[in-house]
Amino acid sequence: MYDHLETAQNPSNLKRVVIDPVSRVEGHGKVTLLLDENNKVQQARLHIVEFRGFEKFIQGRPYWELPVLVQRLCGICPVSHHLAAAKAIDQLVGIDTDNLPPAADKLRRLLHFGQVLQSHALHFFHLSSPDLLFGFESEISKRSIVAVLENYPEIGLQGVKLRKYGQEVIRMVSGKRVHGTAALPGGMNKPLSKQERDYLLEDIDQIITWSQAAVDLIKKVHTSNLPFYDQFATIRSNYLGLVKPNGALELYHGGIRAKNQHGETLLDHFDYCDYNAIIHEEVRSWSYMKFPYLTAFGKQNGWYRVGPLARVNNCDFIDTPLAEIARIQFKQHSDEAMVHSTLAFHWARLIEALHCAESIKTLLYDPDLLSNDLVAQGEKRYEGIGVIEAPRGTLFHHYQVDENDIVTKANLIVSTTSNNTAMNESVRQVAAEYLSGHELTEPLLNNIEVAIRAYDPCLSCATHAVGKMPLQLELIDAEGQLVDQLTRHSNGEFVRESA
Amino acid sequence: MIQPILLLGYGNPSRGDDAVGPLLLEAIAEQIDPTQIELITDFQLQIEHALDMQHRQLVLFIDASVACKTGFSFSELQPAKDNSYSTHAISPAAVLDVYKTITKQSPPASFLLTIQAQQFELGTGLSELTAHYFKTACELVIQLLKQPQFNAWRTLVTK
Repeated sequence: MYDHLETAQNPSNLKRVVIDPVSRVEGHGKVTLLLDENNKVQQARLHIVEFRGFEKFIQGRPYWELPVLVQRLCGICPVSHHLAAAKAIDQLVGIDTDNLPPAADKLRRLLHFGQVLQSHALHFFHLSSPDLLFGFESEISKRSIVAVLENYPEIGLQGVKLRKYGQEVIRMVSGKRVHGTAALPGGMNKPLSKQERDYLLEDIDQIITWSQAAVDLIKKVHTSNLPFYDQFATIRSNYLGLVKPNGALELYHGGIRAKNQHGETLLDHFDYCDYNAIIHEEVRSWSYMKFPYLTAFGKQNGWYRVGPLARVNNCDFIDTPLAEIARIQFKQHSDEAMVHSTLAFHWARLIEALHCAESIKTLLYDPDLLSNDLVAQGEKRYEGIGVIEAPRGTLFHHYQVDENDIVTKANLIVSTTSNNTAMNESVRQVAAEYLSGHELTEPLLNNIEVAIRAYDPCLSCATHAVGKMPLQLELIDAEGQLVDQLTRHSNGEFVRESA
Repeated sequence: MIQPILLLGYGNPSRGDDAVGPLLLEAIAEQIDPTQIELITDFQLQIEHALDMQHRQLVLFIDASVACKTGFSFSELQPAKDNSYSTHAISPAAVLDVYKTITKQSPPASFLLTIQAQQFELGTGLSELTAHYFKTACELVIQLLKQPQFNAWRTLVTK
């Protein structure tokens, strides 16, 4: 644990370094480091500096607008918000997820697999592979997907096409690449046509092959430098996510499972509609993003990680054959019950991408997708809760409506918020182990960003604000004087201005 | 059959003036020949949009811009490595550069229409200023689509 670095004893006498915003994440985050006169890190924090206002935006709207409205939260995972809201709204019209018509359930799952596949491809190939293939401290001009396309053209192009395929799945199911209107209260608005299904089937074998190659690539990258990858930004945490009733990996609907760092089960098959009974969100003065934890274990021991690493760690198996082989190899690489390496998020993410590709193929051969029996009806309720596993982790949508169907209360816990404590802990670990005592340079500071990026945080989801500010690194001496300043403008250009 | 002309309007429809690109495509959707013109909207540009440009003759990107101070601006695009690759959203010039990298060919003739924007608050509509220039921008796009040739578009470039 590095929580002693959350708050320095005498911050007024320390140098401050700011990374603002953190790049290659969605939204606006800022890291501040406080250093003493020997450049030893005394405090490290990931801040969210914009206020979250999305719940307020939702209140006062009729509930049936929500599945479309919430997609506008984020440009990266609109479908996740669409489906979580849809599940909550199913309950408002008296339909529990298990009672959805089979065609609607399967169409939503297909949509979700497409979404997770494209999001994971974006994250790995576009945003993280430059660090992993060229090195965390390589020249900044090399750390981009274009450099990957130039130096590893086959890998780069496969990444582009994997993302494109996931988006085609979304387009076929929802009619649009973004802002589709696929889910309705109690079901879906259209089946897949035979032509749409055949179009998606044309490329699916290639997509599975590329997804498998991506798993092989990250396994090779991770294991070829195993001590470093297993240690960098690594923290020991609890893990939380949904699982199927039989314990298999689940992305769309299941019960909550939580395990501790030793792999012991803390909660299993817990009904997510009672999430308020097990999760508390702590507010800290220095960040707008809350810090959720499992109430029963307190804020010191109850914080947890969500997302691919949590899901692949928590499940008993994966019910698609290639991803299950990959999961077994993933678990075997560690000598602990749980894989704690933060960089292993990338490995787990690509195992899930492979699972999505395999699951898409299975679903495309299911005749239910072509059925017109798409909507169920029930008795009106005044409260609805929808939870899914979004690409970055467990996503909670909770709404209350009045007798006129107007939303009176909304609460969203997004995946990035659940990972808030963990991201801060990883930032502190990297600051203490790799930065402390060194002269700070941009490549060295990229180590901090690599740690945050492994979680694939979506800060615009967490804060509901799009960051437009440039990155600014300021070095301030012990007397508070600015001695050096490095600015990254919004177009990515760096300018150094020494005092 | 891939339509020879692509219009790509991007921005978040729930964030005030950021919606102007997608709104423009919505406004002209009934007035175009869908066999010749494809309209694509998205939240932001990413490198896979390079694949949408394949087999096109003309591409028009439409976006909101706080940098634009003249109401709207219409310019010709060239591929450029402009460092926007390190973010979730890349520039149109960077998309063209990706096109060159992955296809080993020059991208189709491409233009950018930006419309002056000033506010991006969640849940707000277009500002008065942007709504005003939106109408003029729609007229320009209709004019462009009546003469879908590179040279004709080039004569209308404002900078």
